[in-house]
Amino acid sequence: MSDFLLDAKGIGISFGGLKACQALSLQIPRGGLYGLIGPNGAGKTTAFNLLTGVYSCQCGTVHLDGLRIDTLKPHQIAEAGLCRTFQNIRLMGELSVLDNVRLASHLRGTHTIWHTVLRTPRFVAQELAMEQLARELLVVMGLEDQATEQAKNLPYGDQRRLEICRALATEPKVLLLDEPAAGMNPSEKKDLARTIRGICDSFGMTILLIEHDMGLVMDICERITVLDYGETIAVGTPAEIQSNKKVIEAYLGEAVDV
Amino acid sequence: MKTLAQHIAEVSPSRAFRPALMLVPWLACLAVALLIHYAAPMAVNDYWVNVMRRMGVFIVAAVSLNIVNGYTGQFSMGHAGFMAIGAYIGAAVTYYGSLLAHGSTNDPAFYTQGVLLMLAGILAAGCVAAGAGLIVGLPSLRLHGDYLAIVTLGFGEIIRVLLELTSTQIYDAKEVTLGALATFPLNGPVGFERIPGYASLFWIYLFAAITCLIAFRVKMCSSGRAFLSIREDEIAARSMGINLTKYKVRAFVLAAFFGGVAGALYAHTGVNPSPTDAGFARSFDIIIMVVLGGLGSISGSVLAAIILIALPEALRDLQQYRLIVYALLLIGMMLLRPQGLFGVKEVWDLFRRKPQPKDKDPHGPARFASAAGTTGGAR
Repeated sequence: MSDFLLDAKGIGISFGGLKACQALSLQIPRGGLYGLIGPNGAGKTTAFNLLTGVYSCQCGTVHLDGLRIDTLKPHQIAEAGLCRTFQNIRLMGELSVLDNVRLASHLRGTHTIWHTVLRTPRFVAQELAMEQLARELLVVMGLEDQATEQAKNLPYGDQRRLEICRALATEPKVLLLDEPAAGMNPSEKKDLARTIRGICDSFGMTILLIEHDMGLVMDICERITVLDYGETIAVGTPAEIQSNKKVIEAYLGEAVDV
Repeated sequence: MKTLAQHIAEVSPSRAFRPALMLVPWLACLAVALLIHYAAPMAVNDYWVNVMRRMGVFIVAAVSLNIVNGYTGQFSMGHAGFMAIGAYIGAAVTYYGSLLAHGSTNDPAFYTQGVLLMLAGILAAGCVAAGAGLIVGLPSLRLHGDYLAIVTLGFGEIIRVLLELTSTQIYDAKEVTLGALATFPLNGPVGFERIPGYASLFWIYLFAAITCLIAFRVKMCSSGRAFLSIREDEIAARSMGINLTKYKVRAFVLAAFFGGVAGALYAHTGVNPSPTDAGFARSFDIIIMVVLGGLGSISGSVLAAIILIALPEALRDLQQYRLIVYALLLIGMMLLRPQGLFGVKEVWDLFRRKPQPKDKDPHGPARFASAAGTTGGAR
């Protein structure tokens, strides 16, 4: 057992000859906000896909709270307490906002199809509780007025917020956010950053965040891991990362004497 | 953040447990069935009563197929196969049961042995069809879209061919032995004959109402949301902890069970179930009802079943042109409302008024009132 809540050791995958992610190690302690950054195509989303089981790891191990999860199926990983949002929003468009959130808490429910058909007290209690939980989370994300709206009709920024809301409803131990601020305007971004920080601090949630907006990442993350070509090139606090030579090279290219 | 378990602990038992309310929907089903049974014959002639019996059967079939095609979005084209299995099982239980019990199939009264045999047959039909659904579903639901459609289409055809290979029916009560029954005397390609028509309007609409109630309850709960989320986005559903295979198979088995029930009811409406009932033509009929009504809409399926059974009858005056008109009407419907009559909504959703949103900055600050300790920039 390790001291880390999420402990990935040497995970990797290659697609044909392309090593999308190689020997990546991520150690995340309990509580706090961690950033995962890197230039386009560095393998950040691939890393998320490996952690959440969308791709299966070709090498390495992942432990979540002492439980080995890299051999599990995606739904079992979600049950173990690792949930994510998607870079290209994947909401259940036809369902209402409330239903999108409620469906995620089905994971923690214990009623079976028989309870459903007969509407037993257990079923009623759980459904009421699910709705309460969902409404509470919608308030946290500021979406409570759109509860009955179809998810596909929400504005873009709200869809991203709803994804976070839905992921929270699975009661994760670690929340993975894949570019939550992509496509948002500056004021929306600022607001979102505050929300994410708030989730982290007041819920005691552990969050791993992929983001391209450096300002946002540097502002709210405590530690940052930098990827390039599927490999970790730097780990450290925002200040350390900003002055790291390798990171600057990865983003801006090598310095050449002229 | 409070967990679901904490929320559940907070729900007061008096809100959760209301024994009287638990019975009401089932009694409502009974009332609907009784109403239709006694009111319909007063309103229409015998011919239309028979049409209404067919309608009831197809309401059960369409609503059950909606669980697979509508809720989970898996395209099953073999529903007639499950219906045929149900029809033959139900018919065999009633027919051979009657022969064994009292030597003939004459037993037309309301609450007697014959009806009990029919109910046992319906239950058996549902269970056998559900078993068949499990056998077909487990391997094939790992497939997607067109591939699943082809497998299920093949399943229906297999059932049709198997039914054609069954041996001749036994008409003499003395010849009905265990050994004779083991050869499946279901009358091969000719079709199973002389099945007493015990399925009155009452029984058919009782089962139709119960099917709708169960399908509706399944839709409006966490399992139902799991089904619908599979239709919307499998990857996202999986990442939210939904076991895709388990839920797809569950939907398939549930649909097969009620498909079997529909078949068994059909066999008791005075028709001779024949192997062609398992063919793809019948499957398409049911699919058309589901698509026309709206994928995922129970009331849509009910309405579509009623319209599509009544339409050819109402168009009878047009004689040989009626099927052309029928087809044109279908094409017109699909052009005007490609999402079906109601989409995923129910009839009553269309009349519900939208709640007016309160005045509020749409991107206002997030709130953490419910959580302990509001720090970290949250106002």
